[in-house]
Amino acid sequence: MATNRRVLPGFHLSLGYTLLYLGVLVIIPLIGCLVKASTLSYREFHDAVWTPRTRAAYELTFGASFTAAAISVVIGLLIAWVLVRYEFPFKRFFDSLVDLPFALPTAVAGLVFSTLYVENGWLGRFLVPLGIELAYTRAAVVLVMVFIGFPFVVRTVQPVLESIDAETEEAAQTLGATRWQTFRRILLPSILPALLTGFAQSFARALGEYGSVIFVSGNLPFRTEIAPVLIVARLEEFKYAEATAIALVLLVSSFAMLIVINLLEKWTRKWDK
Amino acid sequence: MRSLLAMAIGYLILLPAVAWLLVWQQSPDQALLNVSYDPTRELWKEINREFIRREQDATGQRIAINQSHGGSGSQARAVIDGLEADVVSLAMWPDTDAIRKQGLIAPGWEDRLKNRSLPYYSTIVFVVREGNPKNVRDWDDLIKPGVTVITPNPKTSGNGKLTLLAAWGAKLLQTKNEAEAEKFVTELYKHAPILDAGARGSAMTFVQKRIGDVHIAWENEAHLEKKESGGRLELVYPSRSIKAEPQVALVDAVVDRKGTRAVAERYLNFLYSPKAQEIIAEHHYRPSDDSKRNRNELRDLELFDIKALAPGWDEANIKFFGDGGVFDRIYQK
Repeated sequence: MATNRRVLPGFHLSLGYTLLYLGVLVIIPLIGCLVKASTLSYREFHDAVWTPRTRAAYELTFGASFTAAAISVVIGLLIAWVLVRYEFPFKRFFDSLVDLPFALPTAVAGLVFSTLYVENGWLGRFLVPLGIELAYTRAAVVLVMVFIGFPFVVRTVQPVLESIDAETEEAAQTLGATRWQTFRRILLPSILPALLTGFAQSFARALGEYGSVIFVSGNLPFRTEIAPVLIVARLEEFKYAEATAIALVLLVSSFAMLIVINLLEKWTRKWDK
Repeated sequence: MRSLLAMAIGYLILLPAVAWLLVWQQSPDQALLNVSYDPTRELWKEINREFIRREQDATGQRIAINQSHGGSGSQARAVIDGLEADVVSLAMWPDTDAIRKQGLIAPGWEDRLKNRSLPYYSTIVFVVREGNPKNVRDWDDLIKPGVTVITPNPKTSGNGKLTLLAAWGAKLLQTKNEAEAEKFVTELYKHAPILDAGARGSAMTFVQKRIGDVHIAWENEAHLEKKESGGRLELVYPSRSIKAEPQVALVDAVVDRKGTRAVAERYLNFLYSPKAQEIIAEHHYRPSDDSKRNRNELRDLELFDIKALAPGWDEANIKFFGDGGVFDRIYQK
């Protein structure tokens, strides 16, 4: 108790509620997932999660999520930089636009994107003649994943950028640093942990995305079928345990990736000092 | 002392939330819930209005009928997981039977109502663009070079399943040869560039995004699509297609608990009345009373049922949509 003395009271109560909420919202559903999947024998589990078709779907899901998260980092950093460092008309409006993907039902986003990029869509009618066919391809999957993922990067990097004074950069310049050196030596070390967090968040978000992706990808087996589609297909057959098994594979592998990214982040923080 | 106060405040916030949840979950006494699939919303709205009026005239009782719509499979899962449906009216036999397998519907449910519990049935037909530019007349035309077809994914959609079964069955009846049928559906899916997750998605791909030459869809949806297109779409009836059987059933476990069996039974029997059959026909479903069908609109064609392809639905599901089944083989490289 003594070690937790704070200005504001209520440690026990708040910890209690924290555990209650985490239990109800996260831990119990996860345990349910494990219990359901454990009704399968090892053989059945293996057969459910490891077929050529599921492997192709994992490959696409993880590959597209990773690519999308990487693109989100670049776009997100750029947007955050512009929003923090420059003044321009309607800046607050643009700032709030960044939150739109959080609020918009993702199915809407998927529909809009696919309608835009099909052959006679607003953008598709210019792009398709040039040979750029985005709708119903793997590239379209990445595109919507970037859409739902980049705000995470913006919102994690923005506060960090705000906390860095422009004077620090000016000081670096007066000491003879080039622009690249200023970025590489002064800015990057401070924002790298935030960038990694943003990357991890948008990556994790993209892995589980279903609503928007099914509208822009053709859902063709082996080509544009993401793993969550397989889960839904299993549910349609009333095979709950098999569906949960695939979900578990996604869950465990994304959890492992988040741990790796967290370790990386810790390591970069050390390197910063 | 302080923590006590904090706790009190905490509960004050929590209690109304819990109370709200409880109230929200409670439903009025004489209310039926009809759990159905997606495109039947308007149909049931009209039938319900009529039934409520008649019930009030006959018994003086005011009842309410709530509707729930969604993908047929996910609706069945909702009922299995505890959605209190008095009546289910799902798109496919396996969905209703999945509820029976959980013990919520009595065995032999299919024979409890007239016409194998089918107040109406439907089929799968083609929608093509104005003037039928690719000259599509029957199943064989769908695999001509340059023809693309739009239909949903059989793994996630009832429409998708029926499309595959209809194509298979049409070819099987034509050639009496399963290998030919398999060759045909394999070729057919090579002409399908997109497999949307559900019937709605496919309709949007075909109508709004104008992708594809032929939309293989439920007959009732096809008629709606044509009506809304203002002449830009036409219907094509193939020579043969599958008989789609969206059966209705009483959910015994629920009606016995809620005490709504009598009114739910009257409701289901009402579906076979002349008035209800007329409403059904107006919504482009084929009424079980064939005299109510408008033959110019819901045209004659040879309809085969699942028994033409497999001993029953369970076997068909394994054969066509199970692991390593027909659909999986189509995409196996």
